[in-house]
Amino acid sequence: MPDFLTCLFSAVVFLPAAGALVLCFVPGRNTAAIKWFSLAVTAAVFLLTVWMALPATSPGSGQFDFGAAAMQNVVLHRWIPAFRVDYLLGVDGISFPLILLTSFLSLLALVAGWKIAKHVKAYCILFLLLETGMLGVFFSLDFFLFYVFWEVMLLPMYFLIGIWGGPRREYAAIKFFLFTLAGSVMILVAILMLYFNSDVRCLSPEQKAACHLADDAAVESDQPVRTFNLLALAELGQSPDSPFARETLWCGQSISWWAFLLLFIGFIIKLPAVPVHTWLPDAHVEAPTPISMILAGVLLKMGGYGILRICYPICPDAAYSLAWLVCGLGVLSMVYGAFAAMAQKDFKRLVAYSSVSHMGYVLLGIGVWSAVAANAYSTKFWSWAMSGAMFQMIAHGLSSAGMFFLVGVVYDRVHHRNLDQYGGLFARMPLYSGLSVGIFFAALGLPGLCGFIGEFWVVLGSWSYSAALAVVAASVVILTAGYILWTIQRVYLGPEYKGPHPEALTPITRREVAVAAPLLAFAILLGVYPQALFNYTSPTIDQTVHRLSDWARQHDQEQSLETEIEKPTPVDSP
Amino acid sequence: MNFPELIQSVFDDTLGPGQSLSLFRPELTLCATMIAILLARMILPRWKTSGFYLVLLGLTLALAFVFPWRWFAEGALPGQEIFTGLLAADRFSVALRGLLLLFTLLFVTFTQIAGRWAPEDGAEFFVLLLGAVLGMCLMVSANHVIVVLLGMEMASLPCYVLAGWQRDRRVSSEAALKYAVFGAAAAGILLFGMSLLAGALGSVHLPTMGRRLAELLQAGVDPAQLTALILGGLMVTVGVAFKLAAFPFHFWIPDVFEGATAEVAAFISVASKAAALGLLVRLAGAFVGVPDARQFLVVLVSLLAAVTCTFGNLAAYGQNNLKRLLAYSTIAHAGYMMMPVAAMIALAGGQGSPDAPLSEAQKAVAALLVYLGIYLFMNLAAFAGVAFMRNVAHSEDLRDYAGLVHSSPGFTVCMAIVMFSLLGIPPLSGFTAKWTIFLALVSAKLWTLLAIGVLNTVLSLFYYLRVVKVMTLDAPPADRAAPRIPLTSAAGAYFAMLTVPVVALFFLWGGLSRWADAAAQALFFTTFGP
Repeated sequence: MPDFLTCLFSAVVFLPAAGALVLCFVPGRNTAAIKWFSLAVTAAVFLLTVWMALPATSPGSGQFDFGAAAMQNVVLHRWIPAFRVDYLLGVDGISFPLILLTSFLSLLALVAGWKIAKHVKAYCILFLLLETGMLGVFFSLDFFLFYVFWEVMLLPMYFLIGIWGGPRREYAAIKFFLFTLAGSVMILVAILMLYFNSDVRCLSPEQKAACHLADDAAVESDQPVRTFNLLALAELGQSPDSPFARETLWCGQSISWWAFLLLFIGFIIKLPAVPVHTWLPDAHVEAPTPISMILAGVLLKMGGYGILRICYPICPDAAYSLAWLVCGLGVLSMVYGAFAAMAQKDFKRLVAYSSVSHMGYVLLGIGVWSAVAANAYSTKFWSWAMSGAMFQMIAHGLSSAGMFFLVGVVYDRVHHRNLDQYGGLFARMPLYSGLSVGIFFAALGLPGLCGFIGEFWVVLGSWSYSAALAVVAASVVILTAGYILWTIQRVYLGPEYKGPHPEALTPITRREVAVAAPLLAFAILLGVYPQALFNYTSPTIDQTVHRLSDWARQHDQEQSLETEIEKPTPVDSP
Repeated sequence: MNFPELIQSVFDDTLGPGQSLSLFRPELTLCATMIAILLARMILPRWKTSGFYLVLLGLTLALAFVFPWRWFAEGALPGQEIFTGLLAADRFSVALRGLLLLFTLLFVTFTQIAGRWAPEDGAEFFVLLLGAVLGMCLMVSANHVIVVLLGMEMASLPCYVLAGWQRDRRVSSEAALKYAVFGAAAAGILLFGMSLLAGALGSVHLPTMGRRLAELLQAGVDPAQLTALILGGLMVTVGVAFKLAAFPFHFWIPDVFEGATAEVAAFISVASKAAALGLLVRLAGAFVGVPDARQFLVVLVSLLAAVTCTFGNLAAYGQNNLKRLLAYSTIAHAGYMMMPVAAMIALAGGQGSPDAPLSEAQKAVAALLVYLGIYLFMNLAAFAGVAFMRNVAHSEDLRDYAGLVHSSPGFTVCMAIVMFSLLGIPPLSGFTAKWTIFLALVSAKLWTLLAIGVLNTVLSLFYYLRVVKVMTLDAPPADRAAPRIPLTSAAGAYFAMLTVPVVALFFLWGGLSRWADAAAQALFFTTFGP
């Protein structure tokens, strides 16, 4: 009989998939029953995660322990012993907020898609499968399992865009599939490289215990003991004689360097960062409203999560030497995304490009590596920046999902998204316009709303790494304000609506308020009381930053020792 | 040794404690079944079941004699030569024969359900089929040049006839003719190459040839002899590459598949491939003990694998006939399956991990077996889907699959699962297959081949996805009735049954992988000793 934690975590991850299986046997004409059943399943998952978010009352209850920085509530079962693939789940301050976000947005997205009338059964089945994939990615601590869930998301998403999407849905769906698959095979190669060079025999018994390795890894063996355990791989990658950095693989770079590059490209495709962002405007614009919410709210976060959870801890040396690339791409995405958003005529495309811009902050915040500035190895700034990046992920999840939903609300009514034909919505839809302005201001980064906190901490943290980057990042806020204020002016203000179907502009319904209002409420809550989120994230982020800057100090000392040895010793002339 | 002693030794080897004959029981059962079908047809001419049940019985019996799991206990069947060195009896041959017989069992059930055989033709069809399987069983246990040739010819000739089974269709006859002509040429080249090798090395026993080659290279070899050796090696490769449909000897496959029925195409694409790969492992395995030969073979096999895989995937783009599309997909998969063979050759000499060279090489062969075990279900299912659709819609054109999801949702979901599995993404077993071979490539440090392999996965996305797209996203044509294949019909149920392992082998591949590991043990007993 599996223990309570296994049941709880497996229920959260697989309840949607089980619901999808049940739906397979329900006749397709009972659309109302199918919708209500799907809603019940997503609501159950959401309630389970909310329960998990409560402070732990007793160990093993599956609830969140706020003081703990390490992985907590780990579930470990063997899956494929021949390759040491485990069913390893766990949460910490980085993954848990994202899990909560996923279950929350899934619930809202299902409500947002209530009006979908085309093939309701297939839609609900695919939606539930997608939710299992998303939750699985954030829960899994085994690299193989992570990859499986990562790919599981791909198929439902392809069909959800391809069947229920807009006019260019097929093009957008295949473009999304192609980009993501290209990214995933890079991740796959990196997994193979890391797996084949891992050897848990290098770890001390305490480290093995901390990594939650399966029992047989403790047995003495004369063969290398390989592992997919992400925690163990991180321990190996950060150890002074990392097996990934030992030998050069190609072009004079180590396995670690190549693995980092492959993983990084794979993850920034999902994030997305310029120049691999081109799938995003198409996919987001063509996807139906609820799927756009999921895409922007959850799927983009997986790129950031992957970089934070996998790239940096496992390949610190490559992350260290390529910090300029990470930060550069982050700032480039911010600027490029903001300018591109400004140039859009399509309301939804504008929101899509704003996502590119906002996710650039995540990349910058993770990558600044401020700790090493001026050889101080002070963790404070980097910790700020990384917390800011983490906060930005959640904040953007709320605000971008909200924006896509709000675009969807008017699109449902007037069936166009041309910004130039809007105007005067405040008069016709006052409540809707109020909610919209709130959420758009949250995305803009107005102090007191959630977007401000993340951007502020990222910019603050990156100052000591590079003042130039920080200045550029800060000035992007002006661009953001520019395109968002201009949008508000074009859509909501103005004397009257002049576009097609003016009679369809009816006030927002109660169902729509039920989706938008919670998003705005959380945007305000996090803006006013950011500690609500930092309570979850801080211990883990601080620990990650501490360990990486310790690693960097050690690395630099070794480097300086090596250069000293190489220097010819001055010979005293007589 | 005088004549009576010779007779006595042959007698002892065949019936004595060496047990050659008892290890040969599956093949004997196949022979007996073929004779029984022909006799039954003679005695009972009106027998309508046309020998189907006899075939089922014979195959089950043969499978029971192979009994793959009996041999995989620790220490059982360490590997031995039987019939005075003609055949190698080890777990690898047991495993591959088991796979072949299992496939044939599924396949005859499939032909019975798809049912296009006129009753008077049925018996001949099954006899030819079993004859081909017999040849394939010999190919995978070949330890001797004669058996290589014999097996390949026995496997090929019935396939030529099967390809032209629909005598009244022009394309079918054309397919058979093309197949026979190219096949005969390839066999001739193989024979020539074999005779060159045998002449240069002075033996026809594969392991002895390997040892002679090592001695010859050590003692120094004159240029003329070297030319003969290289030429012989290349010619043998041509012969095997033809059976494998490796680029540039693949051109017969699309035409043959288009002309032959989907059933025969399924047989050629799975059984014939599996046997050819088994033979490739045997042939390469005989020479991996020689470092120079190994380097030559790694380059040769890697190159063939890379080019075949890439070509197959690129050529599949433009296809509108689903059988032709699957033909190119088969070519691509043959390329994938040659990759672990390259890894095996590279690893056999300890080029990989120095502490356990042999076990790493055997793991590469295990990867091949895992791939074959999964490929068997995937590809049979793909062709079964085509055959069932042909029965309902009378077309193999991709356009006629448009909007299939509206009329046969269950069938479409299964077909989509099979396509995504062929593409190789989790959580489907096609990913397991690709994963294991990529692992073997990393272990052999064949980075370029790995890069080509993963790139090909992306390349293959378009055409597999196109099939799914046409079935699900496209609107059904208005001018004809939508084809219906409910999962409750025999065809639908069989198709769904084949889809189950395609999914399940992903979640439960621990067993398959253990089985393959056990099968690959003691593979090189003739080359390196047990």
